[in-house]
Amino acid sequence: MNLHEYQARSLLRAAGIPVPDGEVASTAQEAGAIAQRLGGRVVIKAQVHVGGRGKAGGVKLAENPDQAVKAAAAILGMSIKGLVVHKVLVVPAAKIASESYVGLLMDRETQRPVFMVSSAGGVDIEEVAATRPEAISRFAVDPCYGLLPHQALGLGLCLYDDFRSARIAAGIMQQLYQVFVAQGVQLAEINPLVTTPDGDVLALDAKIVIDDNELDRRPDLAALRDETAEAPGEVAARQAGLSFIKLDGNVGCIVNGAGLAMATMDLVKFYGGEPANFLDIGGSSNPEKVVQALRIITSDPNVKAILFNIFGGITRTDDVANGIVTAMGQFKVNLPVVIRLTGTNEAEALRILERIGMRAVSDMDEAVKQAVALAGEAA
Amino acid sequence: MSIFVDRATRLVVQGITGRDGAFHARQMLEYGTPIVAGVTPGKGGQRFEGGVPIFHTVVEAVAETGANTSVIYVPPALAAGAIAEAADAGIGFIVCITEGIPVLDMARTLPFVREKRARLLGPNCPGLITPGAAKVGIIPGQICAPGRVGLVSRSGTLTYEVVNHLTRNGIGQSTCVGIGGDPLIGTNFIDVLRAFEDDPGTEAIVMLGEIGGTDEQNAAKFVSEYVTKPVVGFIAGQTAPKGRRMGHAGAIISGSSGTAEEKIQAFEAAGIAVMRRPLDVVDLVRKSSRPS
Repeated sequence: MNLHEYQARSLLRAAGIPVPDGEVASTAQEAGAIAQRLGGRVVIKAQVHVGGRGKAGGVKLAENPDQAVKAAAAILGMSIKGLVVHKVLVVPAAKIASESYVGLLMDRETQRPVFMVSSAGGVDIEEVAATRPEAISRFAVDPCYGLLPHQALGLGLCLYDDFRSARIAAGIMQQLYQVFVAQGVQLAEINPLVTTPDGDVLALDAKIVIDDNELDRRPDLAALRDETAEAPGEVAARQAGLSFIKLDGNVGCIVNGAGLAMATMDLVKFYGGEPANFLDIGGSSNPEKVVQALRIITSDPNVKAILFNIFGGITRTDDVANGIVTAMGQFKVNLPVVIRLTGTNEAEALRILERIGMRAVSDMDEAVKQAVALAGEAA
Repeated sequence: MSIFVDRATRLVVQGITGRDGAFHARQMLEYGTPIVAGVTPGKGGQRFEGGVPIFHTVVEAVAETGANTSVIYVPPALAAGAIAEAADAGIGFIVCITEGIPVLDMARTLPFVREKRARLLGPNCPGLITPGAAKVGIIPGQICAPGRVGLVSRSGTLTYEVVNHLTRNGIGQSTCVGIGGDPLIGTNFIDVLRAFEDDPGTEAIVMLGEIGGTDEQNAAKFVSEYVTKPVVGFIAGQTAPKGRRMGHAGAIISGSSGTAEEKIQAFEAAGIAVMRRPLDVVDLVRKSSRPS
């Protein structure tokens, strides 16, 4: 689960990491009032779950409260990579002497939380990683012991030659590791970590992604979810226990299992079609899930045909077929539907579907070809 | 021959009285898997299906029944603890089916499992099956057939799709292994490839990967250096969107975005025959096998 910058900042601040003042606003007037309170130049930053906000025009400098109102009015409501901005963060414009990068994430390969730090921080850190990988230092933390003081100091010295700054940075690394462990973080970034001409070290921007598997046991973290910041179809899917990602094609796909769902999309493409979505209904044959899946798919006007691909392993396909029949009864679908069902009790499943006049096949390639052809005819 | 599980397997089911545990324990028994014990704290002394003895703890189950393999169907909040319990009780091979274990729990549990010299498969995996001998997990038995092709996969139902093509075309399997899709897992592609390479009962290997991470690229490197048996591979997610990625750390850590193209190139460079669709597995396995 992605947190907004303002939410990440407050987690860091609560752990003692120096973060500049600042508040979040939902209207231009609120943003102006915050700028007034902060005094001086401020930065208005779109709060939206995508990278590259600055380059998309979602970050603006304002010299005074009037400009802050105008900047916030321009940013609020704008769409960045398909997501609408509903909130802005207003922070004082910091005087910056240097910009560093601090990242901490769970690494699949070492199976440990890994720090990545670089004195070449800022917006182009990925280019640094690609062209000068030696400019990024890494350190894998043993989760049994945590980040030890000398290890943190070593990381601080990777960023700063000045010992005083290095020591402050070391403290920030240890606090960041505490946040990582205490809040079930999957990825945390401070970019940039800046030094100011006065010798302060500040976390100017922060990103935190929480491990979704923590949310059941951490209602306090789950409450941080901002559904207005997510694509609407994806919110509905999550509430229904489905996993959904919208794409640009015209063949709507409803599949059980993520790997098979991806392979189904690939096969649609292989046979000359374009998938409209990724949708995994999981292992359940619950008709309500099927109804929700159909509702989400049919709300996309691009969809011209719907393809079910169900491999019944432990799940009985006749249960799924009954689920589809119930769903079709509750929810009128005016698009061609192709159903592929195979596995446990397949013959019975195909009979159930054919009884209500639905196309049903047992072969995946055959079903995909039919769906692609039907979508092509309708387009 | 096979890898990891066979007729010598003596299985304990952790969470045997839960909804999922009970259902799958029945399926495994029907398949003929030797289940010697179940564990549910608080239900020690009872019997499952009138036969299998239930214990409060794994250590009791091992002492009383000689269990050497465990399969875990415990809810996510308790599953990491269940893995550690099995390892501590001396179980050598642990299969965790549970989905949704917090990744920090796994980061703390995996070193413990290694210290106890146990092997963990999963979590969040379908388990494994040695057709005709033992089914440990949730892979449906009826789509598998005994034979000499080893299969390793990151996914569940995609595995079934591919196994089904093999079986329907008369190609049996030595063992089918689902390693699971979580970020931190106990057994990776390389571990399974090494086991198949060393297994005299396996003649060819099918490897099913997905987009994301670098596990497939590492596996491809291992294949080119160590594996002498023919390998057929697939990468799901060629049409997957790039996604609205936040932050840079993921791309920096792996030096790769984990796209299907990258992985397919790595496979091809390692001499792995790449399937363009699941159906292709049949022809590619036939072509790769030595004429008999």
